[in-house]
Amino acid sequence: MKKTHIIILVGIAALIVGLLTYSIDLSTYDTITSARAKPGKYLHLIAKLDKTQPITYDPINNPNYLEFHAVDSLGAQTKVVYRNSKPTDLEKSERIVMKGKMEGDHFECKEILLKCPSKYKDNKETLKKGVSETTSY
Amino acid sequence: MNFTGEQLFPGQLGHLFIILSLFAAILSTIFFAKGSFAKDPAAQNMWLRYARGTFIFQVVGLVIIFSIVFYICANHMYEYMYAYKHASKELESKYLLACIWEGQEGSFLLWSICHGILGLIVIGKRKAAMVKGWEPYILTVISLAQVCLLLMILGVYVFDVRIGNSLFTLTRNEIDAPIFSRPDYLSFVKDGMGLNILLRNYWMVIHPPVLFMGFATTIIPFGFAYGGLVTKNFKDWVKPAIPWTLLSACILGVGIMMGGKWAYESLSFGGYWAWDPVENASLVPWLILISGLHTMLVFQATGHSLRATHLFALLPLCFVFYSTFLTRTGVLGDTSVHAFTEAGKAINVMILMLVMLFTLPSLILFAVRYKSIPAIQKEENSNSREFWMFIGSLVFFFSAIFIIVKTSVPVINTVFGTSIAPPEDVEFSYNKVAALIAVLIGLLTAVTQYLKYKTTRKDYLLKKLVLPTVIAALITVAIAMIYPLTYSKQGAGFLGAIYLAFFAAIYSFVANAMYIWTTLKGRLLSGGAAIAHGGFALLLIGILISSANKQVISSSMVNGINFAAGTDPMTKQQDDPLENLTLIRDVPTTMGDYLVTYKKDSLGHEEGRKFFELEFLRKNKQNEIKERFVVKPDVYIMKDNNMSSNPDTKSYLYKDVYTYISFALNSAKNQDTAQFDIREMHEGDTAKYSKGYIVLNAVQKNPNNERFHYGPNHLALGADVTVYTNDNKQVKAMPVIEVDSMGVMHRDDTLYAQNLYLRFEGVADNHHIKLGIKESSQLIDFVTVKTYVFPFINLVWLGLIIMAIGLVVSMVQRGKFSPLQTAITLGFVTIALGYMFLFAGG
Repeated sequence: MKKTHIIILVGIAALIVGLLTYSIDLSTYDTITSARAKPGKYLHLIAKLDKTQPITYDPINNPNYLEFHAVDSLGAQTKVVYRNSKPTDLEKSERIVMKGKMEGDHFECKEILLKCPSKYKDNKETLKKGVSETTSY
Repeated sequence: MNFTGEQLFPGQLGHLFIILSLFAAILSTIFFAKGSFAKDPAAQNMWLRYARGTFIFQVVGLVIIFSIVFYICANHMYEYMYAYKHASKELESKYLLACIWEGQEGSFLLWSICHGILGLIVIGKRKAAMVKGWEPYILTVISLAQVCLLLMILGVYVFDVRIGNSLFTLTRNEIDAPIFSRPDYLSFVKDGMGLNILLRNYWMVIHPPVLFMGFATTIIPFGFAYGGLVTKNFKDWVKPAIPWTLLSACILGVGIMMGGKWAYESLSFGGYWAWDPVENASLVPWLILISGLHTMLVFQATGHSLRATHLFALLPLCFVFYSTFLTRTGVLGDTSVHAFTEAGKAINVMILMLVMLFTLPSLILFAVRYKSIPAIQKEENSNSREFWMFIGSLVFFFSAIFIIVKTSVPVINTVFGTSIAPPEDVEFSYNKVAALIAVLIGLLTAVTQYLKYKTTRKDYLLKKLVLPTVIAALITVAIAMIYPLTYSKQGAGFLGAIYLAFFAAIYSFVANAMYIWTTLKGRLLSGGAAIAHGGFALLLIGILISSANKQVISSSMVNGINFAAGTDPMTKQQDDPLENLTLIRDVPTTMGDYLVTYKKDSLGHEEGRKFFELEFLRKNKQNEIKERFVVKPDVYIMKDNNMSSNPDTKSYLYKDVYTYISFALNSAKNQDTAQFDIREMHEGDTAKYSKGYIVLNAVQKNPNNERFHYGPNHLALGADVTVYTNDNKQVKAMPVIEVDSMGVMHRDDTLYAQNLYLRFEGVADNHHIKLGIKESSQLIDFVTVKTYVFPFINLVWLGLIIMAIGLVVSMVQRGKFSPLQTAITLGFVTIALGYMFLFAGG
């Protein structure tokens, strides 16, 4: 066997090892109910802001504490605590992807990704709404 | 129905040219293919003449289409969907181009124009050594790509399925709203939706064209390799392909880092690289391009690595199309911050077909021809340059595969129905691998230059390597002592890996600089490779220092407790650094070495843009001010009250202090309507307010203290008061009344933290004074900020520029540019990149 072949095999082996170690770190997407079933496990939660509940954010006292409620597509609800500043488009978001863990009565969120209609002009519904904003009778 | 005010002609003209250009592209694909395979020279000439004609017509058509889109957007013709979606009246004219490539359709158009320009250059240079004989093959591929891209913007229905989204569709046909049934609807459409606020930045004007040009250039090595495979002339294409590959590596590399610089300057994710899928997807083709470049050089010098060269020349374009698939079909979904969303099922299918159309046949052809591609049976010596260059190519190639597999997890989820999500710390999962790759690449680029092709004498190598090795080791040790890397978050093992990478990068930089000095005797024009490698090493050094020693100085871990009054007991977690700091107006707050005060806010010239003036003071131990500067991060407050935050940076040669607003009040709803409540008080009297009480200690005549400096000639009275708050704090305050020739002046004192305003209203009888107390109905004025210090970040940009210059130097050498062309090219690249990356901020 040639040296280069050995090196290629070593490279492939390194690649596989790298991807395997990566797969150990992987987490999952969950619903609120399935997340409750595994408290303390790091996972991704897909839900929406529950607009019927108040959002608590008082930056004067503490800029790093945000509390709100989320509801998922199956109707399950949870309180969410995010120890960071409030993402600007939170109220407007259509969908929230939250990364974190279920802890006791709430979801301890480390990172929030918002899906906001404003950034996605191709959405038909948004366009319809946009028309009523930019036109005036 | 007849609609008033619509101008339909530009759209019809544009649509006509889309169709004409598409036909021209189809014809030129066929003609170039015919020309490639024609045996008879006369027939070949004929086919190629037709092919060039149709190709040029197609490019002219694209330019006309682009001009019409520009015209429609510039004139705010909102009857067109594209203008309505992307332009608006308040949009500054510098963003007019940017709003064209904001959308899917416009960016496809931009990409095809880049292909067109490259195709014209290849046609123009068909007799030069860098193309000679390969024009038909390259142009067949480019023309085919043009057909695909034009289909994406065709907008024609075939049995209810819309093929492509046209740039010229009408708003009333696209949006289903009652207003569009009125004949005079256009008079009600006041404005378009405009360019997304987040994208209003000069990088949005320059980054997309450069990046798309980078994507487009990968088609040329692909075209050469395709030519080699179909003609079985496997060897002759490599030499002319090298300058093109250098060009591609340069433009794509710069384009990618422009995105990084943009993210760093204007988006608030706190850095220039986040391993976001969109970034990864464009990095992967670049990595493979670099692999291909090195195997091409190996083949030119020794005849080895020809098979790998074919593969590495084909793959960059395949991965460019794959990255288009990842970022534009919405498949990345929740994993990316800035992927495009899907633009319809039909387009998604078409993009997938585009990927297949280029990837499958080219890889099958490669597999079929694999055995017939000549390979040297004798293997490379392990003391030869080609052996280690090949190893370096493999390192880049495997890194690319690693990154793309990780990035493709959402695709895996879609295909197999799994729900795998990214790990907790996405960046670290990449960084730990990247650190090891940096070690390998640093060492390889340091040593390999000193090796000779075929075989190298050991004593020669050792003699050459001793000095750079010693110098690099000394520098590393010196830096470790004076300015140690302190990234302890991931443990000592990772810090060790960072140090190793750091040494390797310094080693590479020193070795390449010395190579130019000692071996090339300072002949820079022959040292393109050494310059590029040195630049890459400097880039690595910059990345390592700026990320390892990045510091969040707004962190409450650095500041002690942020704001004692109401810290939530829940938040005092050790492993959770709280990185936002609230600055109350006029209250100086300690942040790292600085005392930071939020001074005032001001409006920008764009509607809804608000700047916050933050004063940074650095004092020495004697409390003398050593330095003062002001940064003005801003937020856009959009019509719907949502905000977009743009950082501001104080740049030093050796570090950046980078601040953005993480939360701000919306002042529109925040007007003060409260009145002063006047109390008559004697010295020693007490007045209550809602959050505590106020004691008048004394009335001072012409007070002379930190705030006021009255002398005996003034006529001023100060009320020395102490405010006792309900949370057991005592704060001194002194409102002053002053009389001079101008009249009476009140110098109020404000306790922002208590929302309390005090005024010395006047003097009453019996040694009483009138003290005005106002508790503002206005919320306290404050901003919440996040501030980073990025040390030595300029090395990142400088390294990139040097690398790009090195690639260009190699390109002009191998492309046999004349001295004048060389001077112009190098001058242009140096000035343009230096200006963009180092001087033009924000």
